[in-house]
Amino acid sequence: MSLFSVLNVASSALTAQSYRLNVVASNMANANSATSSDGQPYRAREVIFAAQPFANAGAPAGVNGVRVAGVISKPGPFKMVYQPGNPLADKEGYVKMPNVNPVDEMVNMISASRAYQANVNVMNTTKSLLQKTLSLGA
Amino acid sequence: MSGLLDQALDPLAAALKVTGYRQQLLSANIANANTPNYRAVDIPFAQVMQAVQAGDKGSLPLTTDSNRQFTETGNNASMAAFVQYQRGSQVGLDNNSVDMNREQADFLQNSVRYQADLTFLTGKIKTLTSAITGTTA
Repeated sequence: MSLFSVLNVASSALTAQSYRLNVVASNMANANSATSSDGQPYRAREVIFAAQPFANAGAPAGVNGVRVAGVISKPGPFKMVYQPGNPLADKEGYVKMPNVNPVDEMVNMISASRAYQANVNVMNTTKSLLQKTLSLGA
Repeated sequence: MSGLLDQALDPLAAALKVTGYRQQLLSANIANANTPNYRAVDIPFAQVMQAVQAGDKGSLPLTTDSNRQFTETGNNASMAAFVQYQRGSQVGLDNNSVDMNREQADFLQNSVRYQADLTFLTGKIKTLTSAITGTTA
């Protein structure tokens, strides 16, 4: 039944988008983490998506799901904040803060949640189509 | 070489098949709306429909060892051969050509078509049932 693979495609997108939301949440939560387990300030993370053809035999051609290909640390300089009282401050009194840009993160969050909603819509529509197909002739 | 039932139901079944396949392609486009380097795909409905109806039989013809057997081949036109990139959408900085508005509109339109096909098919089935049983349904 061909419509079932629509559900697989949409669910792969839901997984990927919720992964992205998780990463955004991590970035926002750590926007002020001046140190981390490796002693360096937190670096903003970003997910990379990749189109993923289905591997199983009966899969329709040309139909790609989506997967998270990886999570990268964003390059870019740390913010220098003048906090002479901070134990992490350097000789001039500056503390290195994470390179998290809250505006970027908000945009990412809105984009991810809209994409999530779109895919939920796809699933709902497909579900009702499948149910109507099941009751064909009635 | 097909009976009355096939003649009545085959075109609509073919339409359902093509619409179902298009639904998958459009959902893949929506799923990949944020994937770098992804290009939106689609099929030209009219052409695929013609090919499926003309019985561009892809594979597995029935073998016959008597001339009274059906020579019909499986109606498995390979729709995958018709998949092409959507034209006319703007390509973003990440080299992704999915236009979300267009995809959602197409998706909606395609699902309405699918439901219309189902409705017509139901109507046909009811007509045939009524003819077979001799009652007014």
